[in-house]
Amino acid sequence: MKSFNYHAPKDVKDASKLASSNSAFLAGGMTTIPSVKLGLASYKDIIDIKNIKKLSGIKVSGKSVTIGATTKHAEVAASKDVKKAIPALAKLAGNIGDAQVRNRGTIGGSISNNDPSACYPSACMALNAVIHTNKRKIDAEKFFVGMFETALKSGELVEAVEFQIPEKADYQKHPNPASRYAIIGVFVAKHKKDVNVAVTGAKSCVYIDKDLSKKLSSNFSVSAIEGTEVKSSGMNSDMHASAEYRANLVSLYAKKAVEGC
Amino acid sequence: MASLVGSRVERKEDTRFLQGKGRYTADINIANQTYAVFVRSPHARAKIKSVDTSKALKSSGVVAVLTGKEIAEDKIGGLIAGWAIRSEDGSEMKVPANPPLAKDVANFVGEPIAVVFAETLDEAKEGAEKVKVDYKVLKAVVDPADAMKSDAIHDGVDKNLCYDWLLGDRKAVDEAFAKADKIIKVDLINNRLVPNAMEPRACVVDYNTASEEITLYTTSQNPHLSRLVMSAFGGVAPENKLRVVAPDVGGGFGSKINVYNEEIVCSWASKKIERPIKWVAERTESFLTDTHGRDHVTHAELAVTKDGKFLGFKNETIANLGAYARVFGTVTPTYLFGPCATGVYVIPAAYSNVKAVYTNTAPVDAYRGAGRPEATYTIERLVEKAAMELGMDKTEIRMKNFPTQFPFKQTLVHTVDSGDYVAGLEKAKQMADYAGFEARRKQSEANGKLRGIGVSSYFEACGIAPSAAVMSLGCGVGLWESAEVRFNPTGQISVFTGAHSHGQSHDTTFAQIAADELGVPMENIDVVHGDTDKGTFGMGTYGSRSLTVGGIAIVNACKKIVEKGKRVAAKMLEVNLDEIEFKNGEFVAIKSNKKKTIGEVAFACYLPGQRDEMKSPIPEGDEPGLIESSFFDPTNFSFPAGSHICEVEIDPDTGNVKVEKYTAVDDFGRIVNPMIVEGQVHGGIAQGIGQALHENTQYDETGQLMTASYMDYTMPRADNFPEFNLGFTCTHATSNPLGVKGCGEAGAIASPPTVMNAVIDALGGQEISMPATAEKVWKACKTMKKSNAKAA
Repeated sequence: MKSFNYHAPKDVKDASKLASSNSAFLAGGMTTIPSVKLGLASYKDIIDIKNIKKLSGIKVSGKSVTIGATTKHAEVAASKDVKKAIPALAKLAGNIGDAQVRNRGTIGGSISNNDPSACYPSACMALNAVIHTNKRKIDAEKFFVGMFETALKSGELVEAVEFQIPEKADYQKHPNPASRYAIIGVFVAKHKKDVNVAVTGAKSCVYIDKDLSKKLSSNFSVSAIEGTEVKSSGMNSDMHASAEYRANLVSLYAKKAVEGC
Repeated sequence: MASLVGSRVERKEDTRFLQGKGRYTADINIANQTYAVFVRSPHARAKIKSVDTSKALKSSGVVAVLTGKEIAEDKIGGLIAGWAIRSEDGSEMKVPANPPLAKDVANFVGEPIAVVFAETLDEAKEGAEKVKVDYKVLKAVVDPADAMKSDAIHDGVDKNLCYDWLLGDRKAVDEAFAKADKIIKVDLINNRLVPNAMEPRACVVDYNTASEEITLYTTSQNPHLSRLVMSAFGGVAPENKLRVVAPDVGGGFGSKINVYNEEIVCSWASKKIERPIKWVAERTESFLTDTHGRDHVTHAELAVTKDGKFLGFKNETIANLGAYARVFGTVTPTYLFGPCATGVYVIPAAYSNVKAVYTNTAPVDAYRGAGRPEATYTIERLVEKAAMELGMDKTEIRMKNFPTQFPFKQTLVHTVDSGDYVAGLEKAKQMADYAGFEARRKQSEANGKLRGIGVSSYFEACGIAPSAAVMSLGCGVGLWESAEVRFNPTGQISVFTGAHSHGQSHDTTFAQIAADELGVPMENIDVVHGDTDKGTFGMGTYGSRSLTVGGIAIVNACKKIVEKGKRVAAKMLEVNLDEIEFKNGEFVAIKSNKKKTIGEVAFACYLPGQRDEMKSPIPEGDEPGLIESSFFDPTNFSFPAGSHICEVEIDPDTGNVKVEKYTAVDDFGRIVNPMIVEGQVHGGIAQGIGQALHENTQYDETGQLMTASYMDYTMPRADNFPEFNLGFTCTHATSNPLGVKGCGEAGAIASPPTVMNAVIDALGGQEISMPATAEKVWKACKTMKKSNAKAA
């Protein structure tokens, strides 16, 4: 591990001031710390945002659930408010990684890292989330740009994620047996007007399966997507799962999620 | 006093381990120590054109940088193969040199090339990054099945072939096969496994400039053996100037038998730089450089009659040794594998032919079971397939071929002293509700799932000894074990053993047997192991040998204590020796019923004189003190055996395999502590299920280890297992006075075929290789659906 300067500012302004092209914000550290330890990344400054009080916490209004960036997965999983408003979101958070990860890892860290097999991005996409940063508000579909890539600019910090409360939703995941990241994760959300089927793990970045979403929007039932072939082209193929297997899982887990709604 | 042997005594170790008070090598720090970081080859096969250390030497905090050149100049020897195996044509095996720091060529990713010592760990890492190695990358040999057709990776090792070994009689097998009604054939891959001990390897070396003694704290299963190898073959220091301490060690599974490059290099370097050195492996280094396990490619055949009698067996195996032959590397796929490959059956004719090849991968050595899991997998897959092809019940075909007379002269090498295989399988059937399986299968089917049942009956040869046998098979040392029992004047007892505990609970088990022998509470007994300055000598712990060899040495040393105690007590009680009886810790004069406790006798042994009331005369011919030692070398291996039954349920949509039920019935002879034995069986089964369903070591075609972290290498976890259903039968071993048999490896030996037989049963007999991962099983389910549709 290369040495670095450690900062723990108390407000967002200070955090923002410390940021440079050679710095990283540190929330739960579930990716940043192993990367630095393994020598895969090195920074001059690491800016720990855990002490910034306003970044943590859960707020529920009539239409949305807003989760502060440094809120831990375990907190979301255990939140009575989240369980009541969007139970699928609490369930998703409760199945990320293992207990140690859930007690350290944060929602802001997860979406800023945008791992192609992370769980949270699928919830953001399906629940029409708005990402609040210290500079602006970004719609989820514009936030997740590519593999480990987001719309965040240098010095820009996620403050909170605002999820639209759906009529119904469910998240189903086929975990990688080693890492327990999603080989495939499918988040189905039924909103008043339409249905979103967001898929993580399958491609280089989270996406909405338009075909499945459309079919479910006109008829929200398993039978509406029964027999729908999910194409494997463009899907990840690695030692853990072939593209063909992933495609099979997407259609299977979409059905499971509809059933789970 | 009730016997402690046989009771569920709580582990003495638990207090310190559960409270985080274990003292492991990485917990040890020596004042003024430097930190070592190794520069490792990033290539699987490359010529080392040059190593430039100049920038590293100037790096902040760097104390020294050493390379293969310096270690060769100092004539420090390399790593060794402990067993000499001969080929079928009588020629000796081919073993390449394995220098502690590669000088001319690197043969696997992770092989150490140079080492940097610095004041801090970060400085050592920084320095290591500045060592510039100029490589000429060569085409790597990775696949063992192709190794014999590939470039030779070592000079003088034609076709990458270490040996082409035969055990058995090809002609007799041909004759048996000619008489068969049916030949059952399997092609198997026994997947390579990374041992993954919880504690990574580490060493701390302290060189004393005054006494010139090197103290090496290390993560070893056998500190005395490490000292012997480092002294005799490494030339690091004479044995009397080398102290090896293996303190608490967090799991070995065979991967900590070997003396490794890092221990030799740091011991040599500590003397050279006159500073203490600390090295602790990172997890990636463990993945890349700990010796791996298994990795066989096997074709095997079983000749049977139409009513299910076995006539002959043949086994053609390619065993991957990895880049170098290490301590148990050459014997694991031969004498630990071939003899057991005929399983628990009477098979009149058999042979095993093994070609061991070198590849540009991490060295392969003993891993829990070592050879016997591979053997059991081979025969038990064949037997299960035979039952399927003959339309026989899978337990009936086994019963039909079990020996019923003991001692049983097994086809290839062993004479099995005791066992009752029928009783074991009957009990397993009953415990597993074998008869009720069809109803459960139908229930699963109704839920859209596929259910399968698998059986495996195994025996294994463990308690690795006797010296006469193993030396005749090529072992470079005798495999006896030693013990010393030392009574202190005030009555506590230290039991020194050459065995080493790294999870086996010797502190408890050995204290139980010594307490029974000496008639004292086990709280008075401390078991001491893991330090060459304390114990007499020892061959260490592997091959399920600690109790059957080391435990018996303790029993025998205790018996000597009692014999001397009788002589002293007779003198103290002024009676003849034959009037003294020893029971429950007391020496009793039969006629007068006068007594001396063993504590009083011990005290007397240290105060051999008379004054006033004190009368503690030592008999003529005896010396003061009460210390006895014993070296035990048994007459035979021990042969645990049993039958395991597994039920799995497969989700055909995902291919997920769930282990629904697991029943194990084992015969370990007399059991000292049932709770500890159950723990050993649990761990073994977990590892075996890991091999069968999860663990999937993968190298790419250039020899890069793709599964070098827990993100990619699937370790089995608690939620992968059902509650294990354990039962025992008992036939005593006749080769040791306690009647005990080894139990440490049985679970890992029996379980892979049990699970795979269940998976293949669920798949309607479709062959599938280990690990049966979800995607593989899903594909098999699709094939099955297609063929069912065709049939309909």
